[in-house]
Amino acid sequence: MRRFPVNLVLGAALAGSVTLVALLSFIWTPYDHAAIAVTNKFASPSFAHWLGTDQLGRDVVSQLMVAARNSMIVAFVSVVLGGGIGIVLGVYASARGGWVENLIMRVSDLSLAFPALLFAIMLAAVFGPSLQNTVIAIAFINIPIFARISRGAANQVWTREFMLAGQAAGMGRMTLTFDHVMPNIAAAIIVQATIEFAVALLAEAALSYLGLGAQPPAPSWGRMLSDAQTLLYLAPQLAIYPGLCIVISVLGFGLLGDSIRDLSDPRLRRER
Amino acid sequence: MTVLLQARNLRRTYPRPRTTLFQRPEPLVAVSGVSLALERGETLGIVGESGSGKSTLARMVMGFERPEAGQILFDGTDLNAVPARELQRLRTKFQMVFQDPYGSLDPRHSVGWSIAEPLRAARIDNRPARVAEALEQVGLNHGDAARFPHEFSGGQRQRIAIARAIALRPALIVADEAVSALDVSVQAQILNLLMDLQEDLGLAMLFISHDLAVVAAISDRLLVMKQGEVVETGATADVFASPAHAYTRSLLTAAQVAPATGSSPASNRKVPA
Ligand SMILES: Nc1ncnc2c1ncn2[C@@H]1O[C@H](COP(=O)(O)OP(=O)(O)OP(=O)(O)O)[C@@H](O)[C@H]1O
Ligand SMILES: [Mg+2]
Repeated sequence: MRRFPVNLVLGAALAGSVTLVALLSFIWTPYDHAAIAVTNKFASPSFAHWLGTDQLGRDVVSQLMVAARNSMIVAFVSVVLGGGIGIVLGVYASARGGWVENLIMRVSDLSLAFPALLFAIMLAAVFGPSLQNTVIAIAFINIPIFARISRGAANQVWTREFMLAGQAAGMGRMTLTFDHVMPNIAAAIIVQATIEFAVALLAEAALSYLGLGAQPPAPSWGRMLSDAQTLLYLAPQLAIYPGLCIVISVLGFGLLGDSIRDLSDPRLRRER
Repeated sequence: MTVLLQARNLRRTYPRPRTTLFQRPEPLVAVSGVSLALERGETLGIVGESGSGKSTLARMVMGFERPEAGQILFDGTDLNAVPARELQRLRTKFQMVFQDPYGSLDPRHSVGWSIAEPLRAARIDNRPARVAEALEQVGLNHGDAARFPHEFSGGQRQRIAIARAIALRPALIVADEAVSALDVSVQAQILNLLMDLQEDLGLAMLFISHDLAVVAAISDRLLVMKQGEVVETGATADVFASPAHAYTRSLLTAAQVAPATGSSPASNRKVPA
């Protein structure tokens, strides 16, 4: 009998609640997240302000909610963008084979060897801190990751007999890639995307913690954390809340992706 | 009768992995000096032990692999000398049935989609009607088009694979171990289906198997391969009656088949189911 999938349930619950809160923030937050009330700063948790207020009297819950939305948008856009480019490169490499495949894979190995966060910091430092550059930086580090995994999965599909049958039918390699490779690697890619989504959330938090990500007044967990740093003795809770949010969301999506992968295909487990 | 497929002096080798640093190992000769001719409507059986180069020969005939030497003429056209577009067009005339009925159909697509694949490639219209026709020709229901491979048994899947192969109304079918993965009783059904189709559609067939009994049941002529080379060829009955080569005799003994099958084409041949 199969063990109760603790990781899957926990991951789904955490990721699901973060997603729900982020979606909710589109239509409702307790207060305007940017509304300043200096007379009510450092308020303790109460009915009016569930998690209290910060050094400018802004409602913490509202800020956390909007930050969740912002982080998830950044993570989503960058994974879709980087993943999309990576998948195209990966399946193209697999379909072409030969030196084209070698070239694409060597270049992506090279970029995988480069520390991702360092690269993102470099990019932000060169092009200036902004939300856009955060997205571009995180998307960029996703390209080789997805190129690699989709090329590996595509190569497996190419060994199947129905690919020969497709060639015998007279279909070209690109058509076969669309018709057979893509549907057969979709599951593996969705799993990887979930995991990379978690990594992207963490990267976004790190970049905005360093001041290279979202700029004020757009709230982000990373910047809330760094703002709270100077007030650590006065109001440690202001650092704990965004820190917890980062942990919950990264852990949630990470667990979710990992456990779906383990459930769906035990062979993929070794490939990380 | 006219010659449909002709192979002349085919050769194909594969590089062996290096074992020592300074010496490149001799390449493995998979097929060497193989020639064959196949007439319209005729079945040529290719038999030989595992590793004798049968599949390599099939892949070259299908154009999946290029021979290093030799020629393959289909209806007088050299397959490896024509431009890709022309090869694409010729492809509609020869199709293949594969060994593994579980691997040769994409599990993500419906059966009808898979059968229509060669029709799409050839830009043929009224595909649903053609798919239905092909399904019925192999003894399945036209309504099966919407179902998925996992809903069928191995024998049914092989019928589907055959339906895909005949959907374009080809002149030649290459069947590489097409019944080897099936139960014996199902084997007989599929062999009978192939023979019926051959008769109805005037197909020529290159029927490959390591199992002499199976090959003998369906073939007009035999070609016996060993280590990449042809050791014997002739009408099925003649080969059975007086095998010229010791290797053929050992195959005959191993298969325990009586040389009873006639060499007359697709008339009174039936495999008891
Ligand atoms: N792609 C390949 N790379 C390297 N060696 C190969 C390749 N394909 C076939 N061979 C080798 O060529 C020889 C002939 O193989 P082939 O598959 O044609 O034999 P076969 O007669 O079809 O055997 P079987 O009955 O097992 O299918 C074998 O020794 C095989 O190991
Ligand atoms: Mg073989």
